[in-house]
Formats: sequence, C-alpha cells, structure tokens
Amino acid sequence: MRVRRLAAWTALPLAVTLGLVACGSGGDGGSGESDPNAAVRIEIAEPQHLVPTNTNETSGSQVLSALFSPLVDYDEANKPYEVAAESVTSSDNKVWTVKLKDGYTFHNGEKVTAENYIDAWNYGAYAPNGQNSSYFFEKVAGYDDLQGEQPKAKTLTGLKKVDDLTFTVTLSQPYSEFRTMLGYTAFYPLPKAAFSAPGVLAEGYEQAPIGQGPFRMKGSWQHDAKVEVEKYDAFPGQQPKVAGVEFRIYQQPTAAYADVLSDNLDVIKTIPTENLSTAGTDLGDRFLQSSASSLQVLAIPTFQKEFSNPEVRKAISMAIDRDEITRSIFKDSQQPARSFVSPVVAGYRENTVGAAGEFDPAKAKAMYEAAGGPKKIEMSYNGDGGHKDWIDATCNQLKANLGVECVGTAEPKFADLLTKVKAKQPVGLFRMGWVMDYPSMENYLGPLYSTNGSSNYYGYSNPEFDKLLAEGAKAPNEEEAVKKYQAAEDLLAEDMPVIPLRYGQNNFGHSTKVKNVEMDLFDRIDLLKIEAVK
Amino acid sequence: MLRFILRRLLQMVLAFFGTTLIVYALMFAGQGDPIQALAGERPVTAAQRAYLTEKYHLDATGVGGFFYRYFDYLKNLLQGDLGQSLTGRQIGDILAAAWPVTVKLALIAMAVTIVIGVTAGVIAGIRRGSIFDNATLVLTLLVLGIPTIVLAPLAQYLLGVKWQLFPPTAGANPDLYALLLPGIVLGSLSLATALRLTRTSVAENLRADYVRTARSKGLVKRRIVGVHVLRNSLIPVITFLGVEMGNLMSGAIITEGVFNIPGIGFNLFRGIRTEDGPLVVGIVSVLVVVYLVSNLVVDVLYAVLDPRIRYE
Repeated sequence: MRVRRLAAWTALPLAVTLGLVACGSGGDGGSGESDPNAAVRIEIAEPQHLVPTNTNETSGSQVLSALFSPLVDYDEANKPYEVAAESVTSSDNKVWTVKLKDGYTFHNGEKVTAENYIDAWNYGAYAPNGQNSSYFFEKVAGYDDLQGEQPKAKTLTGLKKVDDLTFTVTLSQPYSEFRTMLGYTAFYPLPKAAFSAPGVLAEGYEQAPIGQGPFRMKGSWQHDAKVEVEKYDAFPGQQPKVAGVEFRIYQQPTAAYADVLSDNLDVIKTIPTENLSTAGTDLGDRFLQSSASSLQVLAIPTFQKEFSNPEVRKAISMAIDRDEITRSIFKDSQQPARSFVSPVVAGYRENTVGAAGEFDPAKAKAMYEAAGGPKKIEMSYNGDGGHKDWIDATCNQLKANLGVECVGTAEPKFADLLTKVKAKQPVGLFRMGWVMDYPSMENYLGPLYSTNGSSNYYGYSNPEFDKLLAEGAKAPNEEEAVKKYQAAEDLLAEDMPVIPLRYGQNNFGHSTKVKNVEMDLFDRIDLLKIEAVK
Repeated sequence: MLRFILRRLLQMVLAFFGTTLIVYALMFAGQGDPIQALAGERPVTAAQRAYLTEKYHLDATGVGGFFYRYFDYLKNLLQGDLGQSLTGRQIGDILAAAWPVTVKLALIAMAVTIVIGVTAGVIAGIRRGSIFDNATLVLTLLVLGIPTIVLAPLAQYLLGVKWQLFPPTAGANPDLYALLLPGIVLGSLSLATALRLTRTSVAENLRADYVRTARSKGLVKRRIVGVHVLRNSLIPVITFLGVEMGNLMSGAIITEGVFNIPGIGFNLFRGIRTEDGPLVVGIVSVLVVVYLVSNLVVDVLYAVLDPRIRYE
C-alpha cells in the first residue's frame, strides 16, 4: 500500500539539482491544443474506502479530490486559502468560525449547508463507526466523549450551526493551524442522502459517493477495475479543463508504466523504482519529479545509556554520507535530508541540523570516541519494505568511518519492529518514516518528539521543546506559530533524537495525450489543471 | 462408475474440510498484526484498532481462539457466506468479479497448450531425431528455463510497448485479443511440458507391439497414429493437463499482476500482502474445490481413454 505523500512545486531548486529533469513546475511536455471534451486516465491502486472520513491513502483521496471540493487549498508557498469556504476565522485560536460560499450543491441537487459538514464530521469522529481518519477530529471539543466501545455522546459538542452557511468549531485547546488542517480529505461534507438515519451511513453510499466537487460519479465504483467521473456542470468553483477522469486501478506500477509508454494510460503517479533509471529516456520531459512530504529517519533510542549523549548521536549523523546513499542506492528517487521537517511545509528551512549533517568522517570519529560511543551498533528495520540495501550501506559507512562493529537486523514487518520498540527492547538504531497528515510544521514535531507524542518511540523528552510547541499552538497567527516551531526544531538539532536521512519524492510521468500534469500537496494529481491534448 | 464418483465426492468433502483447516491454521499462525499491515507504516488509532479487532475477532488468540474463529468461519461458510475482507468487501463479491476473467485466461492458456503443445508433440514424436524434433527440444528447454517473472514483462515490453502488436495490459473487462498475450505467456510453461510429455509418449508407443501389428495388417498411417497411438499416448498428458487446469484456474499471480488482470491470482496476492486472512482463506477454499473437481474429471477421463481402466 502506498501511503499518503505530499508534494510542493516550490521545490524547484531541488528538482534542478537532481539533473534528471529540468521540469519543476508541471508537465508542459505535451504540446498541442487542449481538448475540453476528452477524458483523461489516471492510475490509482484499489482504494480501501471512498468515504471522506475513512480514506487516508492516496488512491482513495485522489478519487475523492475529484468528487469533493475542500474548504481550503494550498498556494505556491503551501499556505492555505479558502475554496469552498468563504472564510475560516478565529480570534482566539479556540473557537473557529467557518463561513461557506453560497451556491455549492451536491451532485444530487441538495444545497450544501453547514449541517452537511457537522453531520459528516460527527460521523467521522464517532469511534464505533471505525473511521480511519477519526483522529483528525481529536482537537475538536467533545472528541473524547465519542471514543470507547460505548461512547457517552454521538455528536461533538464543539460543532455548532450558526445559520445555513455558517458553523463554529470549538477546539478543546487553542490551535493556531486549525485552518491549515481543513484541506484534507477528512473534512469534506456529506449530503443528507449519504445517511439512511442520523449518524448511520447509507448502505452503498461508498459505491457511488455523492460530493459537491467539480466532478460527479459516472456509474459506480468498479472494484479492481476503475472509477469513472464526469464534469459536474453546476459546480460554482473553478471548472476543470477535461470532461471527465477515469481512475484506472492497477495492482502493480510496472503494468501502469507499460501502459503510459504506449499511451494506453495518461498519468502514472509512482514510477516503479526498477524503471527510474530509464524513465528519463523513455518519457523525456514527460517524466516529472516533485518533493513529497515523507521523511526517512534513523531513530535513536535515547533512553539507552550508550546513546544518551547527544554528541554520540551527532557523531553518527556526521559519519553517514547521505548524498552517496541517495545517489547510489536510491538512484536519486529520494532527496538527502538535513532538517526535521519536509520542504513541503511553510516554515521549512534548509539544513537545520547544521554541522551534524555534514559528512566529515575524521571529525565524526574524534567526536564519537571523545563522547564514548558504543563499540557495536545494531540497526533494526522491517524486512518487507526494501530497506535492507540502504541499512547495509549505512552500516558499512559507520564501520568504515567510526571504526565500530555494525549489524543490520531485519524484523519481518514494521509492526513487529514497533512492538519491540514500544517494549523498550534494545533494538539499537531503527528506521522510521513519517508522512504528514496536514501541511504544518507542527505535524512533523508534535507527534514525533513531544513527551507524550503518539509516535515518540525513542523516549525523547525536552520540557523546553514541549513548551515551545504549546506556545506555537496558542500563537495569534500562523507566522508567529511558525517562529515557535522553528525554535523547537532548533532544539531538536541540538539533541538529535533522530537522524534525518532522506525526503521522499514523487516520481511520476504522463502520456503524450495530456499536459499540465501537476502533483498537489497530498500526492494527488491536480484535476483542475490537467488538460487533454487534441 | 457412478459408485466411484459418489465415493470420490464424499472423499472430497473430507479433503475440503481438512485443507481449509490447514490453510486457516497457517494463516492464523503466520498472522502478525493485520491491522498494522493494512495501515502500512502509519500509526493506527486506538479506536480503529478496537473496531477492527472486534469485527474480526482478532483478540481471540491461542488454541481456543483459533477453534473459535475457525468454527465461526465454517458456520458462515456452510451458509454460503465467505465473510468480509479486512477492507469490508464481501469476499463472495470479490470472487464473483475475479473468477470470470481468470477462467477466460485459463481457457486461453489451455487452448494454446493443447493446440500447439500436443500437436507439436505428436509431430516431434513421429519424426524423432528430425530437425523439427531438435528445434522444439531447444525451444521448450528455453521456455522451461525462463521463469514467468522474466518472460511476462519481457513479452509485455517487446510485443506490447515496443512493437505494439498487443495491448500492454488487459484490464478488468478485456476482450479476447487483449487476453491473448497473457494467455500465451501463462500457457507457455505448460505448453513446453505438454510438448515434451506427448513427444516421449508418442515416440514410445510407436515402437509398441500393437503398432507393429497394426502396421503389418496394412492399416494406413493416419489411422495408426490418430486412433491407436494417440489414444494410448494421451493418458499421461491428460493427467498433466488436469493438474495444470487447477494451477491455471488458481490464477497466475505473476501474469495477472504484470498484465493488470484483476483475477484470482491478483486478489490472492493482495490478500497475502496485506495479511487479509479472511480473503486468503476464502480464495483458497474455493481453489481446493477446483483442484478436487479437476482431479475427478481426469480420473473419469482415464476410463474413457483406456477401457481397461475400470472403477468399481
């Protein structure tokens, strides 16, 4: 399964340094006139679900992005701006007022009202519904009462309708970047027709979801085959430039790649690794790359005595030649990382780890020995994710540069690795990946490094860091928040609880029959920009 | 004959329960954390975990838990309910959608095997030592030596992408032409085996006493080969083809993946990868039936081909 990843088109310098493609601002490879009456064909995997609050993988969210229009979207600088919402405002970061634009209708003719949002979000947050994205609502007041096997309440106390086009969202804690969150799939509205009774999703809604977006379903979801959508003429927002989209389902990206090469498919979202070395020649300027939100790190169990000294951790980081590994092992399909947040979020700064990110074997060894680092290092990874090569390469670098013994240990699945890590068994260093839920620095910091963070597996705890994050959440505006988060990131650079290694990258391509192919922040093809070529 | 078939059918019931038990046990034992597997590397929320655990009784572990879940599964199975996959789809629906395309593909592969493999085998057997015989020997060795995982992408690249003779992938509702290439790829391995088997068998039977007798009686060659030799030579081939039919029906994980055909193999692969126990057990249970039936058909065919074989 592919996890959600986000991309940014502002990362032009990165794409250029790659030297593989010179195209960072979208596919203008196709020439010729645009054909508004043609449909385009885009590769996806079989979606797990097509209910907004239950969809958190790229394939499902790609389809939903056609059927729904988000409250906010993100501009070139990855800052949110309103789309289906007229305004999203708050004076205290705690009570947010969402005003909707007038004129939006669902594909069955229903007018979009505030209730549609409230109903959908209540459904998503209610634990017995088992929605994958329910945690997106955890910041809303009353969320805890909807959890457990027998929840105390069925609706979030934080959601209140003001009038037909206005509702307020009260958060349990002030959070300055709530507006930024609203661009994700989980926050789409659901029509009345989606429910058979209040709070009960109608049987079969998922097979042909009714949304309020630029496209509507054409027929129903044909499992393992395709999902077809066509332009919805009554859509009041920006109209797409194609008549429809066929999302064709592939199990293996190699098959999709063969289809793109022979113009049987228009867009492949992930070019398989084995084809990356030839993609430049196969597709020419139709091979595109963009930064993605994922971040690969080597996590350090800071609770273990031998790794408790930050100098040891920095020395290990300095002994790793990131550029060499991304080049020789990943064939430049990923980018070396030297910061704790991804370039796709506002507030990202290059090279925040500073000197620890520079490859300097001599200095690393001196530092390592002075700090009394362990003679033997173990690196754990999950054996099913294709990580062996780079783990082994990293191990060899540590052996050569630090003069230590190093072994890579494979656990069958990532879940097995997590079980051991949670039980604080000595697994040594271990690999971890992170994909963001919403484009905010906070999402790269809070869950991973705050003392009670949901994915803080390395026992890192820094009261100063926690304090800065709390201040960021209460900051009066997004700019102030970013400043606090950047200060928090600087603390991480001093402590190095994890070693940032690589950023993910979208490697995608298209046929000769389309142009203006761009990947948006959530690893989805931008359906409002893509055009068919006559 | 009828008694034989009845007895075999009864044995099949036992075999069916035995195999489902084994498959279920294997899936149960090998299962790590299917909820995490479904979510990939994303953390799973407690609410989501609790929901799925309760829905699929994932908390029932150990020997007691195993039998509880197995009998629960059997009870539903006997009512014709194969259960739900971990993504909430009816396994019955998945199978109903996947089966027709797999059967189509299997039939094409089978036709290719029989038409080309058996015919070429007979010719090679008659003209033992000729250029044709040696050429097929080399070709079949080559095909047997190349695994499908190489052959399928190679055929797709050369015939589909480079020369554009065939569509590179077949998709969900393919026409016959789109299925031809995957069918040939899938059938090529059994084609090679069938060819070797037929050739050996025909060559051997040509030297048999009854052929010499027939020849000395002055029968025409066409009748000797067509009726006497072929009928006797086909028994080992039929055995092979019967088992092969089961193999082909069970879906070709590699071929279906390469050519993007959402058949049985495609779904089985997905089920295994995402540790979707119910889906894997559901598919395998049906496959067991396919194998049992195709074996029965082979046994019955023996009697048709060779009257000396009788079943009591």
